[in-house]
Amino acid sequence: MKIRFTALATAAALVWSLAACGDDDGASTATTAAPAATTAPAPTDTAAPAPDTSAAGPVPERIVSLSPTATEMLFAIGAGDQVVAVDEMSNYPDEALAKATALSGYTPNVEAIAAYEPDLVVHDGSTDLGAQLDSLGIANWVGAAAMTFDDIYAQIEQLGVATGHVDEATALVANMRAAIEQAVASVPQLDKPPRYYHELDPTYFSVTSNTFIGEVYGLFGLRNIADTTEGTTDYPQLSEEFIISQSPDLIFLADSKCCGESRDSVAQRPGWAATSAVSTGSVFIIDDDIASRWGPRVVDYVQLVADAMAYVADLSAG
Amino acid sequence: MAEQHALPTTRGRWWLPVSLVVLLGALALGVMVGPAGSWGTADWNIIWNVRMPRVALAGIVGSMLSLAGASYQGVFRNPLVDPYLLGVAAGAGLGATIVFALGRSTTAGWPVDPLPVVAFVGGLLAVLLTYLVGASFGAGRSGVTLVLAGVAVTSLATAVQAFVLQRNNDVIREVYSWILGRLTTATWSDVRLVLPYVVVSSIVLLLHRRHLDVLRVGDDEAAALGTQVQRVRLAVVIAATMGTAAVVSVSGLIGFVGIVVPHAVRLLAGSSYRRLLPLSLVIGAAFLILADIPGRVLQNPAETPIGVVTAFLGAPFFILVLRTRKVAA
Repeated sequence: MKIRFTALATAAALVWSLAACGDDDGASTATTAAPAATTAPAPTDTAAPAPDTSAAGPVPERIVSLSPTATEMLFAIGAGDQVVAVDEMSNYPDEALAKATALSGYTPNVEAIAAYEPDLVVHDGSTDLGAQLDSLGIANWVGAAAMTFDDIYAQIEQLGVATGHVDEATALVANMRAAIEQAVASVPQLDKPPRYYHELDPTYFSVTSNTFIGEVYGLFGLRNIADTTEGTTDYPQLSEEFIISQSPDLIFLADSKCCGESRDSVAQRPGWAATSAVSTGSVFIIDDDIASRWGPRVVDYVQLVADAMAYVADLSAG
Repeated sequence: MAEQHALPTTRGRWWLPVSLVVLLGALALGVMVGPAGSWGTADWNIIWNVRMPRVALAGIVGSMLSLAGASYQGVFRNPLVDPYLLGVAAGAGLGATIVFALGRSTTAGWPVDPLPVVAFVGGLLAVLLTYLVGASFGAGRSGVTLVLAGVAVTSLATAVQAFVLQRNNDVIREVYSWILGRLTTATWSDVRLVLPYVVVSSIVLLLHRRHLDVLRVGDDEAAALGTQVQRVRLAVVIAATMGTAAVVSVSGLIGFVGIVVPHAVRLLAGSSYRRLLPLSLVIGAAFLILADIPGRVLQNPAETPIGVVTAFLGAPFFILVLRTRKVAA
């Protein structure tokens, strides 16, 4: 008994060392990859054709979107029919609502996602989901938060390639560029660039110009009062005293949907009536979703800022 | 460890006037320093509408938390107790989270802002639950069962809060800034809202300061000396909870004040509750007003959350307290 056990153990050790040895040999060459795949259990086997080749190969027919921004992009380039499910935060356009699920992009459950049998998952890369999907052999595309307009255009074009809508994506990007250019050109240049305060929530969290939001205002040469913060964050919590003492010319509220802030509620805050923006009525509401997504509706955002600028220009003219 | 003398010494008489002077200094400094400039340069509109209510609220919150902390430490005869012990913070936090999750745009049209109300009710319900659970398992006379029930209720409320938050992760930032303490949005109406509760609570607690001294010898001995132990304990717990729930509902959770200040006072002026309670009230106000100043100017014009400042100052102090071992609850 004892001897047999030892023999078995030796045999096992031998097999183990051989396997390890083979592994070492093959690591650097591509040849072992193929046999490894054939001997591997079902999941990787069945999904083997999907990864990497998705761009040039078959067009995905079952897309799951876990990013509200990517959802807007997909529907805007005509890939909406290929989408089978979107996450709980995806609420635009209306056609996407029909595909709304309880899937979460913040705390994604890979099993729940896999249950939709997707052949492409799009997400924002803020979680470890990518690695999990890779291990299941499910192709996935990552669209991280954009920092510039070029990031947005690049993401739309990538999605066009990945979903077989290259022409539509190219056209969308061209339209966006034109619309943004037109909106910027429509605003008269002011001698003195107005200063603005962009509010993320009623406890005065804001953004610096070092963000995509700052990029939008930068198109118009607006100055951000939050830029004087010297912290490491691009999303500082400003002190109320500072905001009032800066007396910004424009206030943009990106907290109307979340928190019910409005032109009236800002005017009613003690001390705020003295600010230039409140006294001239230059408080503007930007839909929370539009201000936080780097999708096709950024055009609407730019247009809204253009309208606000025109209002301010009228004030200084009249 | 037992205190040598419970009677206030003549030396102790100086502490109250001295602490009042400190408080006046803190008030003056708090009003004079801020992101919008010092007294001479800042706009009166800002000083009156933004800075003064914030200083006032910091003072009220600081004094209430310190007084409640000292009182809790007295009735439970445990130096590690803080005003959030029996679940006030977790209950109020859950209430606030629910209001945020409802959507502030939904509640914006309501005649009364539900945030402080629901936070207040949540805090009281949590403590009530703690008391019922503690009592149903025969609250030990020293209150240990009650403290354990508080731990359980806190865990429960925190779990529900995490669940609600996970279902509504778009409001995380708001809840987060509430949990770290928010004096940032203080207004005079906040001050008017909490002041009545704090005044009533403080009077009740201060009236019981002699009873707390008697309780220090133990429940049986205190009873033998003619103190109605259970009645005193109940009155103190109710008053401290009411006051804490009220301030938490407007300021969020500001940690460590309720432990740091009473222990600092004990080190300086002795453990007699006759001195400890009024001194905690005054020093607590001064402490939070001063702690809020770095909150406003450290990262100017950005805010440093007050809860971060108090805990950052509080944790090292706590270690110091443990080392010196001069504490007798």
